[in-house]
Amino acid sequence: MNSSSPLKWFATREGLYYVALAVLLVVLLPLALDPFRLNMVGKYLTYAFVAIGLVMCWGKAGILSLGQGVFFGLGGYCMAMFLKLEASTPEATAIQSTPGIPDFMDWNQLTELPWFWEPFHSFSFTLLAVIGVPVLLAFVIGFAMFTRRVGGVYFAIITQAIAAILTILIIGQQGYTGGVNGITDLQTLNGWDIRTDEARTILYFVCVGMLFLCLFVARLVQNRKLGRILVAMNAQENRVRFSGYDVAAFKIFVFCLAAAFAGVGGALFTLIVGFMSPSFIGIVASIEMVIFCALGGRLSILGAVYGALLVNAAKSGFSESFPELWPFAMGALFIGVVLAFPNGLAGLYQTYVMPLEDKIFKRNKGAKLEAKPAEKAAEPKPTAEKTPDYDPMIDSYSPEKS
Amino acid sequence: MNAAKSKSGDFLLAVEGLTVSFDGFKAVDDLSFYLDPKEIRVIIGPNGAGKTTVLDLICGKTKATSGSIKFDGKELTKLKEHQIVHSGVGRKFQTPSVFEDLTVFENLEVSYPKGHSVMGALGFKRDAEVIQAVEEVAETIFLTEALNEPAASLSHGQKQWLEIGMLLIQKPDLLMLDEPVAGMSVTERKKTAELLRVITRDHTVLVIEHDMQFVGDIADRVTVMHQGKVLSEGSIEHVKSDPKVIEVYLGH
Repeated sequence: MNSSSPLKWFATREGLYYVALAVLLVVLLPLALDPFRLNMVGKYLTYAFVAIGLVMCWGKAGILSLGQGVFFGLGGYCMAMFLKLEASTPEATAIQSTPGIPDFMDWNQLTELPWFWEPFHSFSFTLLAVIGVPVLLAFVIGFAMFTRRVGGVYFAIITQAIAAILTILIIGQQGYTGGVNGITDLQTLNGWDIRTDEARTILYFVCVGMLFLCLFVARLVQNRKLGRILVAMNAQENRVRFSGYDVAAFKIFVFCLAAAFAGVGGALFTLIVGFMSPSFIGIVASIEMVIFCALGGRLSILGAVYGALLVNAAKSGFSESFPELWPFAMGALFIGVVLAFPNGLAGLYQTYVMPLEDKIFKRNKGAKLEAKPAEKAAEPKPTAEKTPDYDPMIDSYSPEKS
Repeated sequence: MNAAKSKSGDFLLAVEGLTVSFDGFKAVDDLSFYLDPKEIRVIIGPNGAGKTTVLDLICGKTKATSGSIKFDGKELTKLKEHQIVHSGVGRKFQTPSVFEDLTVFENLEVSYPKGHSVMGALGFKRDAEVIQAVEEVAETIFLTEALNEPAASLSHGQKQWLEIGMLLIQKPDLLMLDEPVAGMSVTERKKTAELLRVITRDHTVLVIEHDMQFVGDIADRVTVMHQGKVLSEGSIEHVKSDPKVIEVYLGH
């Protein structure tokens, strides 16, 4: 962070990890995959946004949310509402009894657009809402819970309940939300057809760009004092409180941050997949998101990206051949991760691959360590010297997982 | 109210009629005591006397059922924990509670009284002033050599010192220490007594301690608590010779 030139940072070990991810996502995958498969990778990446948020919220600050699907879904629905309105011009819907409103509203005997749909005619409002609506809900939940010191398992259960409530609400209010089918048949974004191969490729790159933006924000937060307080709060909440910090405010902040990431991911999901439905936001989807984060390594924002990619790729591969076995495989995976390697892939990488890297880059290592400021305690992939940092956190987590 | 105000005017801390009951059990019962500025006061008493609860009440961890705690003219019972810290009260817990995942430097830095809001913590810069403050405190608490070690690698005694250091860097007017030498070796005890002497040059200190020799070493005045009430108060000689104190605390 304090290095004299931002370019130098890319030559540090941490910088190289980011470069490697960028090469993979920007060069290798687009070259290797056809547009259909690339679009699938784009879809997996939208979950990585949620996983990064969970690293900050759960991994760092210790707030386990089992309802991130809610924020993902709200972001996705905001985008879907805009696209649906654009697709429902009076000309395109001339055969409906009320032309100019979304088709599912017409089927449900609605004769005018509900008030909360009106603002979604505006693209700039939609962009604001994609982040604003999830953050607002996260703020309300966070304020209600954290100022009352609700935490741990209780908080997890409440977020889970909220995911269930939102799903039931959306399915029940078919005329306003599209019900169980969701909002489908989305066509254009400001007149640009999002269904073509070319558009899908562009959307993939937009998604990758936004992902790096989120990684940057998450990295900024974790490397500042703010990030250290989040980690400190996780293990010694009272000490943080009696060091003069309003713990609830910090928890609300990180929960809102995770919600914002999830909202952006959800909006991109809608664009990339072309529809939004309640099945992506419910309890199962929300728990899957926690698994992406856990598998990738809940302390590593980069690990979260790989976790989201790998679990989703495995899911697609698996469900193509044995659809009914996937939930069991997923459950086994989660139990396996929790029992065998609680810090996920990033933890494994740190234990087994990093020592090898140390050997290879021995000559450069001394110089690099010097260049690294001491303030990076909350590193996603700390240097070997910092490995002890992680052990106490494993301990402090274990009760939460049971 | 006026009487109390005039009475508490000269004191740094004035605790009056403080009561807290947990499901009808009065852990602290109509307790009153006063601390002068720069005083070292030690609270002693048998287990369950309510000593730790008194510290919990002052720092806001526990809310009082009734009574008042006036600190520097401010009523603490109405404030939240972090506001109490900001008004100048530092609290050390009985078991060392430091941030094990962070280095000694970072532990002290996090405790530095700047950037306490979310945005403040995001914009916080490690400037020369912060580094200087951290190094000064590290020297006071004998941890200069360990600044870059993770706190998890410190010994029990060093963790206790670190936590004291984390309070010192906040520059509080009142320091509350809950059994600072419990579990320490003889050498560590001596060093801690030395440390407390340095600290008390410019802080008011409220200590809970069992080690009577240590108490005699450091205390200006001693308050003996029993069943949530003050049993005796005065110099160490005075309380040591008080028959009531011998009966419930020292006698066995």
